[in-house]
Amino acid sequence: MNAASPKPVLEMRGIAKSFPGVKALEGVDLTLYPGQVTALIGENGAGKSTLVKILTGVYQPDGGTIVLDGTPVLFPTAEAAMDAGVSAIHQETVLFDELSVVENIFVGHQLTNRFGLLDWPAMRARTRAIMANIDPDIDPDTRLKDLGIARKHLVAIARALSVEATKIVIMDEPTAALSYKEVEDLYEIVERLKGQGKAILFISHKFEEIFRIADRYTVFRDGKPVGDGLVAEADTNKLISMMVGRTVEHIFPKIEVAPGGTVLEVQGLSHPTEFADISFSLRKGEILGFYGLVGAGRSEVMQALFGVTHPSAGTIRIEGKTIQPRTPIQAIDAGIVYVPEERGRQGAVTALPIFQNITLPSLARISRHGFLDLAKEFEITRHYAARLDLRASNLSQDVGTLSGGNQQKVVIGKWLATEPKVIILDEPTKGIDVGSKSAVHGFMSELASQGLSVIMVSSELPEILGMADRIVVMREGRIAGTFDRSAVDAEELVRHATGNTAKEAA
Amino acid sequence: MMAQFLKSRDVMLAGVILLLLVGIGIINPRFVQPGNLVEVFNDSSILIMVALAQMLVILTKCIDLSVSANIALTGMIVAMLNFYYPEIPVAALIAIAIIAGGMLGAINGLFIWKLGIPSIVVTLGTMSVYRGSVFLLSGGAWINAHQMSDAFKAVPRTVILGLPVLGWIGILTVLLIAVFLKMTRLGRSLYAAGGNPTAAVYAGIDVGRSRFYAYTIGGAIAGLAGYLWVSRYAVAYVEIAQGFELDTVAACVIGGISIAGGIGSVVGGVLGALFLGIVKNALPVIHISPFWQMAISGAVIIVAVVINARSERKVGRLILKEAQVHA
Repeated sequence: MNAASPKPVLEMRGIAKSFPGVKALEGVDLTLYPGQVTALIGENGAGKSTLVKILTGVYQPDGGTIVLDGTPVLFPTAEAAMDAGVSAIHQETVLFDELSVVENIFVGHQLTNRFGLLDWPAMRARTRAIMANIDPDIDPDTRLKDLGIARKHLVAIARALSVEATKIVIMDEPTAALSYKEVEDLYEIVERLKGQGKAILFISHKFEEIFRIADRYTVFRDGKPVGDGLVAEADTNKLISMMVGRTVEHIFPKIEVAPGGTVLEVQGLSHPTEFADISFSLRKGEILGFYGLVGAGRSEVMQALFGVTHPSAGTIRIEGKTIQPRTPIQAIDAGIVYVPEERGRQGAVTALPIFQNITLPSLARISRHGFLDLAKEFEITRHYAARLDLRASNLSQDVGTLSGGNQQKVVIGKWLATEPKVIILDEPTKGIDVGSKSAVHGFMSELASQGLSVIMVSSELPEILGMADRIVVMREGRIAGTFDRSAVDAEELVRHATGNTAKEAA
Repeated sequence: MMAQFLKSRDVMLAGVILLLLVGIGIINPRFVQPGNLVEVFNDSSILIMVALAQMLVILTKCIDLSVSANIALTGMIVAMLNFYYPEIPVAALIAIAIIAGGMLGAINGLFIWKLGIPSIVVTLGTMSVYRGSVFLLSGGAWINAHQMSDAFKAVPRTVILGLPVLGWIGILTVLLIAVFLKMTRLGRSLYAAGGNPTAAVYAGIDVGRSRFYAYTIGGAIAGLAGYLWVSRYAVAYVEIAQGFELDTVAACVIGGISIAGGIGSVVGGVLGALFLGIVKNALPVIHISPFWQMAISGAVIIVAVVINARSERKVGRLILKEAQVHA
């Protein structure tokens, strides 16, 4: 590897960015070299995406400088960044399914002829020229929806390269959705881009691919850079400890509970495409954490337990009784409820008042012969509003007018009102402020101490280690390990989640 | 409770209607006399009923373009039954109209529920199918007043306590739908299914099934309206109520029912229909060409949409602890 390249193409110095209540980035330095791949490593929420957005002109930094080829630059818009030679390939490809490859590549910067009309022959020729380097088999006139995910990524890459001045290519977890063979093809393209002298910023959670293609690394933690260097001089353990190496400062309001008998038992649960051979058990009063990388299949398992999707094999037992939930209502009846991750889309009906949201899954319980008992409805709502310390001027207020934290409380209250045995919380504190986080944690503990069994899906290590009694780690749709909280540390969890268990094998 | 019940938007619309009546009254005082107002209400009853039927469907994030064809088809069915079998009692004919209308609605609902086809496509199709069926059934012929039995024609015109039965049926329908939406599980499900379909699914509500029932109930109301229409005007033919589906949608929009689903009240729907009914009845009286009616309705719809869009804009989130009121 030719790593010692003296003249950087891009230097970011002292970049800072704050959002209301959160310092997303502070004092961030990043240097990219032509013809080299720099890996950006960090936990979810470490600030990687924010940095990418600053580099692509989506966000403006509060402080710091960006120097491109020796000149200080500003990227007030995404277009400015693209014109200056920064192209990004996002994790979820942002392309148009109904348009052809050519149209996708030139969206936003179409070539025009001397009459000011679109110059399709020129764009088609240019597409062929770019594609010759990437994948000559892709016909420029193919509609994007007829291509597989991997090839869509290739089109996204071609789009990044269609700007002739491209000097920097950002790849944000480009392999997340790819198969083994497709990943190999992608590596080849990366090598070719290196050969052309492009600087590549490669964001990944997978250490094996970082060691495979990156020349340099920069590790982020909590919005600050904590280390950088040559990949050749690093090893997995060093990177992992840089990534998670912190004492858990946040005090978690965990109440120690002696778990009771087994409430939920899952045996060999499998789905044709999403997960396989999932087995675990959950005891009364226990908080079971599900940890893994984004896309490891955790939410998919939970949706199967809740009857949204249907497993192809395996058994689910609640208090010894086998259930096969085909619809959410059957799961609710059996005592399982699911508080989904996207509370806007899957959680609250924002145009309905608080009381109607709280009782939505319990309508059967508060009605007789199809008629609702409004007095009972308000009684239930009042009870849970008080229990959750809900802040609202009155209970007939539309949920859409509440703050994010309070909306979350309504969603949780709604599920508690069904008096469940098992409550599944999917990323319960994602996107809410620190204060509300603590409240949700406190509440979760309280629920468990009252005998409710909790499954908490989370990608945040401190939360998992601070709140869960036992931790199931999932990787690529399978269980990679189940641990007692007392017997595991952050590095061990990350190693299992990323599939880097070599140390144990050795 | 009262303040909630009459959301400010409804109060505003009621105010506009009052102003409208005052304005018309200044030009032509006879229009606002109680006797004439009863007549105007009676005349608007069918629109009120079918607007509420439309509202049930719109609440679930769907639309029913086939309501007016449903009216024409059920109207023709009962008119022909009455002509060929005059011995069938009128009560039975009314029941047949309700059941037939309900079935026509259920067909829409089934396509939307089981096949997941967008409602605008399904009902655009059934609109033509139902309308065409009226022609197939009647061969294009009219059923005229002299071919209908007296009892058949008498029902909507019979006056009870100063109001014809047509008006009473309108009032009864409004009350039943209000109770249905406010007090029943299914009624609540309609709001949830339209307000946030994904959340509704997670809460154990079958969105497709809710829509199916909305169409079926809406269809039954349209069927009843079909009987009332042909008996009141004492004629049945293919083009009856053509374009009426757009009036029902307009009434909903004016009444603050969100086309995006999940928002809307019975009071709003009734006021929206009344507004259109008053405009339609008043224009000839104050010597404005009926052609202006469409322009005025159109302008009102746009104003109503702008007002609704403004009122739906968020004022701000409630974060302050002081604003808390504990029950």
